Amino acid sequence: MDKLITVSPSPHAYGDDTVKKLMYGVVYALVPALVISVYFFGIGALIVTSISIVSCMAFEYLIQKYLMNARPSITDGSALVTGLLLAFNLPTNLPWWIIIIGALVAIGVGKMSFGGLGTNPFNPALVGRVFLFISFPAQMTSWPEPIVSRLQYADATTGATPLGVVKEGLNAGVPVSRLMEQIPGYMELFIGHMHGCLGEISALALIAGGLYMLAKKIITWHIPVSIFLSVFLFTGILWLINPYDNADPLFHLLTGGLVLGAVYMATDYVTSPMVPKGMWIYGTGIGVITVAIRVWGAYPEGVSFAILIMNAFVPLINKYVKPERFGEEVKNG
Amino acid sequence: MIQTFPKGGIHPAEDKFSAGTPIRVLPLPKKVSIPVSQHLGAPSEPIVKKGDKVKTGQLIAKSKGFVSTNIHSSVTGTVTKVDKMPDSSGYKRLAISIDAEEDQWEEGIDNSKTLNRNISATGEEITGKILDAGIVGLGGATFPSHIKLSVPRGKKAEVLIINGVECEPCLTSDHRLMLEKGEELMVGIQLLMKALNVKRALIGIENNKPDAIRHLSSIANEYEGTEVRTLQVKYPQGAEKQLIKAIINREVPSGKLPIDVGTVVHNIGTAFAVYEAIQKNKPLIERVVTVTGKKIESPSNFMVRIGTFVSDLVEASGGLPDDTGKVINGGPMMGKALDNLDVPVTKGTSGIVIVPSAEAKRKPVLNCVRCAKCVGICPMGLEPYLLQAATEFKKWDLVENERSLDCMECGSCSYICPSGRPLLDYIRLGKSTVNKIIRSRKQ
Repeated sequence: MDKLITVSPSPHAYGDDTVKKLMYGVVYALVPALVISVYFFGIGALIVTSISIVSCMAFEYLIQKYLMNARPSITDGSALVTGLLLAFNLPTNLPWWIIIIGALVAIGVGKMSFGGLGTNPFNPALVGRVFLFISFPAQMTSWPEPIVSRLQYADATTGATPLGVVKEGLNAGVPVSRLMEQIPGYMELFIGHMHGCLGEISALALIAGGLYMLAKKIITWHIPVSIFLSVFLFTGILWLINPYDNADPLFHLLTGGLVLGAVYMATDYVTSPMVPKGMWIYGTGIGVITVAIRVWGAYPEGVSFAILIMNAFVPLINKYVKPERFGEEVKNG
Repeated sequence: MIQTFPKGGIHPAEDKFSAGTPIRVLPLPKKVSIPVSQHLGAPSEPIVKKGDKVKTGQLIAKSKGFVSTNIHSSVTGTVTKVDKMPDSSGYKRLAISIDAEEDQWEEGIDNSKTLNRNISATGEEITGKILDAGIVGLGGATFPSHIKLSVPRGKKAEVLIINGVECEPCLTSDHRLMLEKGEELMVGIQLLMKALNVKRALIGIENNKPDAIRHLSSIANEYEGTEVRTLQVKYPQGAEKQLIKAIINREVPSGKLPIDVGTVVHNIGTAFAVYEAIQKNKPLIERVVTVTGKKIESPSNFMVRIGTFVSDLVEASGGLPDDTGKVINGGPMMGKALDNLDVPVTKGTSGIVIVPSAEAKRKPVLNCVRCAKCVGICPMGLEPYLLQAATEFKKWDLVENERSLDCMECGSCSYICPSGRPLLDYIRLGKSTVNKIIRSRKQ
């Protein structure tokens, strides 16, 4: 034998999936929602998205290179996804320096301080968003007027989100039926014509991207479905008990960050459970906590908090929820 | 109805380049090297010595112990040495080398092609003859077949399952056997049914082999109790437990055998060997071997004498391509990479796959991103990412409690991992350590 051949243990065949491919798959899935956002919010959407992506990738590169002395891995696309998702969770009139602080917290605190990709317990983009939400409550809760503010950035005319309108109205004792007259119709909510964060407005575009990720086997259906189902059931029960003081389930599904959170944030590989049964527990927990915050909490919206809270339970879920083993019991067919 | 097993599984590129190539008889080799350990269990004991003349089909090594079997000379000639020789494992092991002359078959062997459908042997005679003929599981596991046919007291076989799945990519030896030796196979299956005393035999074939399904179904009509079941293409459906689940929807419990759920599984190749042993009195001295690969000149299926060197096989398929990165003994998923082509074909050699250099190296290893794909595809319902980490950090209790011993090393986890992590390498290490711990506990 004059040829050198490789010897290694089996298997000798490998699938096409790479981390990079999966991450870019998420990016492609987010494109329709970004396009709709640019349609409604104009240049603000473009500016916020660009600043967020560039600063997330820059911080990841700098931290890996100079603080961790590791080979930078920004080409794997994970920082790009974090940047994109952080931007999707911000209002489009947010000042540039606040976005950069958010990116630093998301990447620096949320991801790199735990050792980088695969080791962070909390969703980095949400860590960044919640940090900003608590630190800059005024800037983080002023949402530009869709369509009208297309050519404005920091000086955009602003208004409240549908969830905000309902929360404030209910606190003032106005019945839901009257409040509903102040917010867009369900079809418009579905398409995304409302006040809200950059990427959360269009359920239509987000669900389309979600179906793409399902088809490409980037995510499984368990987490989004369990979140939607638990939110639908919980708000449905409340609505049936008291339709005067509670919005109907469809309103809850179409508003706020629920679709964005359920399809793209809660499904984050690193911070979600490994086993379908665990995914159900996790998704149901997110749904229940979200509704509890929306209905009884101080904030009108609670998806980010709900996901971060359930992120904390993931190690516990992974430890105690095991897959259905083959041959656990004798099954005779 | 198309059946399959419900839990996990993957679908690697099939790459069955040699599916349309009929089985060719490889010209007699000039020399052979026949290892005495070609099967699972105790090595056989050589009964010939240097200088002895042997005939084709003559017994040259005897079964030693219950889990063991006989070995026969595959050629006529002179024993040149009985000594340690490198085999496909990469180690030097005891083997009998024979220089071949003109073929002369041992007395009493019917080497003709005439079909003999007439079954006269009793069940016990069949099982005895299977041991005499040195038949082992030809799917690759090489477990001595007579043991599977000796049903332990208190247990009962209800149905025989025949494995025609060939779920490994590239390999086509069973596919060709089903197409070309359908009648013989069917007689072999009747013999196995008789030995097990069962009335039903189900042949599982994946629907990427529609010609084999059609052919065997039409023949099976003439044999009572024999039926072909069409299976969805999914790896590792050829694994015994997955095949049983797919066909009769029973789960063999952890640590148990198929007989515990009333069935016994034999491979297509084994059924053919059984036919030859009983109906033609011919011991297991040859088998079908696929030689294939993306760059190889003529992907082929050969009828090969046991002990023929892999290099001879590769030569007959057009030689080793310039672009060769790896040579696999077996299929790409579970086969072993060879370090040397001067090793013999054994009873378990189902194929030789030649991999181009671009595909011979593994992907770079990245952090686990916890995508849970390995958990989703594991056909045994294990958590490969966890077994890997537990092994890496030497948490042997965890490795044991997380059922690492259920792993059959199908390699689906390493295949699917987007981070290129060597999951199965670690799981193997974990399993062997856990086995050691369990053994020391018993002492």
